[in-house]
This record gives sequence, C-alpha cells and structure tokens, in this order.
Amino acid sequence: MSLLTCQDLCLGYDGKEILHNLNFKVNTGDYLCIVGENGSGKTTLMKTILGLNQPISGKVLTGDGLNQNEIGYLPQQTVVQKDFPATVREIVLSGCQGHCGLRPFYTKEEKLLAADNIEKMGIAALTDRCYRELSGGQQQRVLLARALCATKKMLLLDEPVSGLDPKVTSEMYQLIEKLNKEGITVIMISHDLNAALSYASHILHIGNNVFFGTKKEYLAGNLQNGFEMKGGDC
Amino acid sequence: MSLLNNLALYFEYPFVRYALIVGILISLCSSLLGVTLVLKRFSFIGDGLSHVAFGAMAVAAVIGLTDDMLLVLPVTIISAVLLLSTGQNTRIKGDAAIAMISVGALAIGYLLMNLFSTSSNLSGDVCTTLFGSTSILTLTQTEVILCIVLSIVVVLAFVFFYNKIFCITFDESFARATGTNVNLYNLLIAVIIAVIIVLAMHLVGSLLISALVIFPSLSAMRVFKSFKSVTICSAVLSVLCSSFGIITSILAGTPVGSTIVAVDIAAFLVFSVVGKVSGGIRK
Repeated sequence: MSLLTCQDLCLGYDGKEILHNLNFKVNTGDYLCIVGENGSGKTTLMKTILGLNQPISGKVLTGDGLNQNEIGYLPQQTVVQKDFPATVREIVLSGCQGHCGLRPFYTKEEKLLAADNIEKMGIAALTDRCYRELSGGQQQRVLLARALCATKKMLLLDEPVSGLDPKVTSEMYQLIEKLNKEGITVIMISHDLNAALSYASHILHIGNNVFFGTKKEYLAGNLQNGFEMKGGDC
Repeated sequence: MSLLNNLALYFEYPFVRYALIVGILISLCSSLLGVTLVLKRFSFIGDGLSHVAFGAMAVAAVIGLTDDMLLVLPVTIISAVLLLSTGQNTRIKGDAAIAMISVGALAIGYLLMNLFSTSSNLSGDVCTTLFGSTSILTLTQTEVILCIVLSIVVVLAFVFFYNKIFCITFDESFARATGTNVNLYNLLIAVIIAVIIVLAMHLVGSLLISALVIFPSLSAMRVFKSFKSVTICSAVLSVLCSSFGIITSILAGTPVGSTIVAVDIAAFLVFSVVGKVSGGIRK
C-alpha cells in the first residue's frame, strides 16, 4: 500500500473541470515535484490532497498508517501573516494543534517537539523573536518547523521558495532534501523546473500533457516526445 | 479632595456602580476578541453587526415586542455567522459584505422606525441607540446579572479555546488541513462577538462599538510582540480606558460612549509613540 494514492481524480471548482482522471501514487521516502503552468490546477490538487477541497470524482487514499490530517503543510504566505504579532515559539507550537482535539493546552511533549523542530530548522536563536520582524527565508523556516510539528511522515510544500533570493532558495532546497533523506516523504509544488529536476525523485507534470513517473522517465520522455517545456519559468 | 468626595457620592447610587461593572466587563470581552478580529481583517464587523442589531431593534419596536432581546440576539448571531463563515472564496468579499449589511440594516431600521414609530421623540430614540447616550445609566439589576454571567462565559471560552483561536487566526488553511475543526471555532467566535455587540450597544451605542473592539488591540500591537502579551495588554488596557472614561463622563457630565472612545484614542496615540521609540532603540 502506498502512502498516498490518487485514483481517477477529477478536479475543478465552480463546476469547471480542470484536471481529468489523474492517477498517481506516492511511496514512503519519495520526493515528488508537481509542476505545471499557472492555472493548471496545482494548488487545487494540493488542496484536494489535504482534504480542503472535494474532488468532482475519484478518490484520494492514504495508507501505511498515514491519516489525512497527519500531512504537514507549508502554505504560501498570506497577507494576514505579514504583520502578525506572534513569536516563533507560538507559531511552531500551533503546528501541534491538530493532535489536540478538544484539549485546551499543549502538553510538555508537544512543547519539546516544537523546540526540537525549531532547533532542526536552525532558528533556535530566533525563538522569542516576533514573526513579522524576520526575513522571508527565516519566516519560511518557521512555517516549515510548524509543518514538521504536524507530521512525522509527509510534507506538502506549496511553492516554498517563492519570493526568496537565490542564496536562501538553495538553502531552503537543501533543508528540504535533508528532511527527505531523514525519511520524510515530500510533495512539492514548484514553478522551478530546474530545481524539480535536480532534487525530486518523481515528477508529476499537469496541464495539457499529463505525466507521472520518475525523474529519469520524465527526462527520457521529454527527449522522445518533445513535451512542451519552457524551462524554469513555466 | 472634593473630586474624590464627589465620586464617592456618585458611587452611592446603584446605577453608577452598575454602569461601571457592565462597562468594565464589556470592554474586557470585546478587547479579547478584538485581537482576533483585527488580525483576521474583520475590524469593521463590530460596526456592521451593531447596525444589524439596530435594525432588529427597530423591527422589534415596530411589531411591539416587549423584550426586544428575543429578536435582536438571534438576528445578530445569524448575521455574524454569515459574515464570518464566508471566508476567502466568495463573490462578495468580507469587507464589502460587511459594508453592505451594515448600511442596509441601518437604513431599513431607521426607515421602519420613521414609518411606524409610536414614540413622540423619534430622533431622541435613534440618537440613543446610535450613541448609547444614557441607556447605560438605566440598567436594571437583571441586566447587570445577565451581563456578568455572559462575560464569565465569554472569558472562560476564550481561555479554553485560546490556542485554537490562535491557530485559526494565524493560518486557517493549515489548521483545517491538519485536522482542526475550523468551522466550529469560527462559529464560536461569531456567536461570541454577536453576544458581546448586543450587550455593548447599551454602553457605547451602535456607532461606536468598533472602537471597543479595535482600539485596545491595535494599541497593544504597537508595542508587544507575542500573541499572548498582545492579548493580555489589550484586555488590561481596555478595562483601564473604560473605567477612566466612565468615571470622567460621570464627573464631567459628558456622554459615556464618546468619552470612552476618546480615552481609547488617547491610549492608542501613547502606545504608538512608545512603539516607535522602543522599536527605534532595538534597531
């Protein structure tokens, strides 16, 4: 059983179908990159995997002991967060909220977990700093630490490097790669095809041409069939 | 000393004590939720909902309900739920929806009052509802007890759900994705804010309620850096400002609602300066 299986998935919103009969599987330890043009349905697909959207038809199945609410999620930053008065500790700790149920306060273990993840992301020195005073890269690390509090198995990253400069971008990619090597399955949405090709193990290309397979197959298929590709800017 | 004696004299009267108790409790409750509402970009919801309550009050008066709470509270709660549950993906965005409901209810309410009113002093009635000029000084004991009970419920609910409220305020879709029941807590927030607003109409009237909701939390955000300290500061600040405002209005004979708001504005200016100065030192 795979960690995540999408079966005959049709997606869309407001009654318009944008993705038809999508099938793919994600196994433990995979690094899947979802690429495609703007409007091809990447974010809709991600929301469906997370259970925020209902698919028109088809199923998203989780297996191997993964529950749908155990997927760590790194969303794109919202306007609300830009001037939010909260410390790094408070935000990372809120990643544990999903396990709390009706329990009103966090346990000692959850606080330790949050501290561990802050350490892991290399932002321990910023623990008591205010989120809105941090740089873009630091903020992404905070949100990544929060996502790690919500999961031990699978991370979903929605364009984790948008708005970051090249140096911070490559640091971010290395951080994600490190997490993947430690056994966390990664699904990443990206505009950056070059990065996708250098870090990912599997590629899902959606849009006019739908492709799912390993990176090798993608590169081979790309040469043979001449898939429409516009390099890193698509 | 004569000022203190004067104050002591006023406090002999139960209605003055009632006004102070209710004022403190309402400002405490509204400032607690104010932080969340300001951050969720719903600063104007207090205004919108209070106009809805005004409209409902007019309808209650027209159809001759003796206890207008029976109509006002449910209508306000329903509007709050509708406004807060719309979220990001609606055709009419949050601010436009609030503005629409707000002016709509105000206009219809005034129209109904004008067409069907039995009172001889219509503009006086309207002015009282809008600015809450005297009604806080005419509270009955039952109203005070009701207000105390509801405030305790609100504070307890806020403490109990504090971490959840933080989580959904900061990032609703993350909270939803990781299994927090966002809809339930949004509903809870909507109901609480509606109850607070209906209560607060006595205090500052429907035009000035937003001030109680937004000023303390905005002031606190100038200076403090963590969610917890902002929340605590805004609650303390709100209580202090309201007490000071009520006492001033009693001594100086000014309208209660506008005096409280004036004190809140002064506090906001002070906090802005403090925030600028302390921010400058850190950098």
